[in-house]
Amino acid sequence: MLELRGLTKRFGGLLAVDQVDLAVKDGEIHALIGPNGAGKTTIIAQVSGSLDADAGEILFRGRDLTRLPQHARVKAGLARSFQITSIFRRFSVLDNLALAVQARSGSSLSFWRPVAGEKALFDEARAIADEVGLSRRLDLVAGNLAHGEQRALEVGLALATRPKLVLLDEPMAGMGPEESQRIIALIERIRARVTVLLVEHDMDAVFRLAERISVLVSGRVIASGAPQEIRANAEVRRAYLGDELAAG
Amino acid sequence: MKKTIFVLGLAVAFPLVMNALDQAFYIGFGARVLIYAMAAASLNLVLGYGGMVSFGHAAFFGAGAYVTGILAVEGLRSAWIAWPAAVAVAAAAALVIGALSLRTRGVYFIMITLAFAQMMYYVFVSLKAYGGDDGLSLPGRSTLGFGLELGDELTWYYVVLVLLAAVLYLLHRIVHSRFGRVIEAIRENETRAAATGYPVYGYKLACFVISGAIAGLAGALIANQSSYVGPGLLHWVQSGTLMIMVILGGVGRFWGAPIGAAVLLTLEETLSGSEALGQYALHWQLPVGVVLLVIVLYAPQGIAGLIAGRRRA
Amino acid sequence: MLRVEGLETAYGASQVLFGLSLEISEGEAVTLLGRNGMGKTTTVRSIMGLTRARAGAISFRGRRIEREAPDRIARAGIALVPEGRQIFPNLSVREHLVAFADNRAGRKDPWTPDKVFDLFENLGKRRDHMGNQLSGGEQQMLAIGRALVTNPHLLILDEATEGLAPLVREEIWRCLERLRAAGQTILVIDKYIERLVRLADRHTIIERGRVAWQGGSAELDADRGLWHRYLGV
Repeated sequence: MLELRGLTKRFGGLLAVDQVDLAVKDGEIHALIGPNGAGKTTIIAQVSGSLDADAGEILFRGRDLTRLPQHARVKAGLARSFQITSIFRRFSVLDNLALAVQARSGSSLSFWRPVAGEKALFDEARAIADEVGLSRRLDLVAGNLAHGEQRALEVGLALATRPKLVLLDEPMAGMGPEESQRIIALIERIRARVTVLLVEHDMDAVFRLAERISVLVSGRVIASGAPQEIRANAEVRRAYLGDELAAG
Repeated sequence: MKKTIFVLGLAVAFPLVMNALDQAFYIGFGARVLIYAMAAASLNLVLGYGGMVSFGHAAFFGAGAYVTGILAVEGLRSAWIAWPAAVAVAAAAALVIGALSLRTRGVYFIMITLAFAQMMYYVFVSLKAYGGDDGLSLPGRSTLGFGLELGDELTWYYVVLVLLAAVLYLLHRIVHSRFGRVIEAIRENETRAAATGYPVYGYKLACFVISGAIAGLAGALIANQSSYVGPGLLHWVQSGTLMIMVILGGVGRFWGAPIGAAVLLTLEETLSGSEALGQYALHWQLPVGVVLLVIVLYAPQGIAGLIAGRRRA
Repeated sequence: MLRVEGLETAYGASQVLFGLSLEISEGEAVTLLGRNGMGKTTTVRSIMGLTRARAGAISFRGRRIEREAPDRIARAGIALVPEGRQIFPNLSVREHLVAFADNRAGRKDPWTPDKVFDLFENLGKRRDHMGNQLSGGEQQMLAIGRALVTNPHLLILDEATEGLAPLVREEIWRCLERLRAAGQTILVIDKYIERLVRLADRHTIIERGRVAWQGGSAELDADRGLWHRYLGV
């Protein structure tokens, strides 16, 4: 599905992403974990196209995306969510989702026809709202949603573009236990049709969901494999998990 | 819908009432309000809906006016040629200025649009062949055919009204179209709009060009209004006036620009000519400034927002 | 040290807190617990003066502060690590710490920027990076450091471990334990309740803007029904 070859990003003197090779297989949930500042969000930004790659290649379903602009990558089937909630705060929940659906269905260079009359657009937006548990909040202005609901909308916006691969950047951040459970359940529901690259510090979620885990430390992948292997890996324990969690 | 019919009725009745009251002078004033409403509405599209604070909109307004003026002096007075030419030139100017300015954001965008407009202002100041500093007097209003004499104030007023209505209808369609939603989404959250799959720069530029084209049409009309064009039309104060109209009326409010234009020009007209104020009438901007201050502080949605808010309450 | 009585706070028409009361004594570590949207952050914002309380009294070290501006409350010695970090994008890491360094509680051995760099090695390595060049977790560390260098009487942490790697999270807990042992008064909001039970003395559970339960760590630890009912665990 996704293959990174020698992906590199430099910020001034700092090598944020250092020749990363990574492969995400069709249909899997692949977790990317690592210490703060290891370069996880930078990789997500590079794959989604908001940051250029200084070197290396990004292959998506066999196609080289490295030089493609962000909107073309969305068309190709890539979507992302943000670590810090990034929604259209003054739009209603329904309008938020409809706008994301619109990006993948037909041209938006339509200046004359009222968008409110496009039933298909809003039907699909409602279906997504249902999926992320916001069907009772459709008409609420997104900025007035509770924090957990905003996080759900954040994920919903990514799903609404009908991606083949979705990059989720800490979807559980700031969520209570129940809300986290809901997002975990959501990811489990979508796994049948969407491949997921998950960045998350909630290890319960990571070890429950992920089929494979890659560990990024200082911009380099130090380990990649099945959850049990990662848990047992001494280097990963030392750099990231600590002993307490690895034992659990 | 009711609101639209009410406003339209008011605009249609205005010159008839003035005629009946023997105040035909105000028909010309009315036409000026309509023209500024169009220019301010074009600014409201980029400023209110697109979130692009263009401080150089007078450039497109003035460009449209000068195209009409220069063509008229050169003997081309047909509205069917001059006005589309004004629109095309203003749109082209918006394409060039927008393509460069939209690479910046925030304060830089404000400054660069201002700088471009001032550059064009100085170009026309030094354009001696067409009046330079003194501007250019037109031999008369454009010709429209169909037996319509634009020199007649009443005919002129209604032609301007028809054009404004058409422009507002167009803007209404745009704002509620797919394109309009994307523009508003970009204003709300550019990063997310890009991540959702919209080429943000292209959409902003398209919006900017549409806005420039409409400002150009308003420019063509203002040249006809007083049969005169001068570099003052491109001066930054003119850009500021348009912005004040939008803020007074309501940023991003559909009726904001027409309301703002009507209120500001009416204040100017009554205060600057007021005998009660005597010698102080020269300083008519002062009370306007106070009104603006109150609006910005207590009604950030402008007068249109106040009206809508009251209705809802 | 801090006494909150009958606090009522609203955002426009929607009221969030309904007569909330809370007390923290010198040297105590206290938590605010409850589901998202129940009023934890609003309580903290009201204490800090960031959202004006509609009714109720807040006194801090014998002084009424419910009508005071946030900067005065901060200088009186309350430091907040806010939800969402709120890092200044155009200040460097070092500038963040130097600008706020103060000894508001008059400590003998105060927190300094250098001590913060000892605590968070990563930050030390990035001391000349601008706020907007930091990763989310680094920003979170900086937010904590920024609060520490003011050497406050009362340290408030609102979801301070959000987005932190497990190892770093563990470091924060250890740091808070050390602070507590040194007599620092702490009010903490977090979702890792097992850890909070070990760290804090007393807990307040908030449900729909009201205090639903108050008690000590042993009681909370023993009553898993509370966890289930109010915390969704």
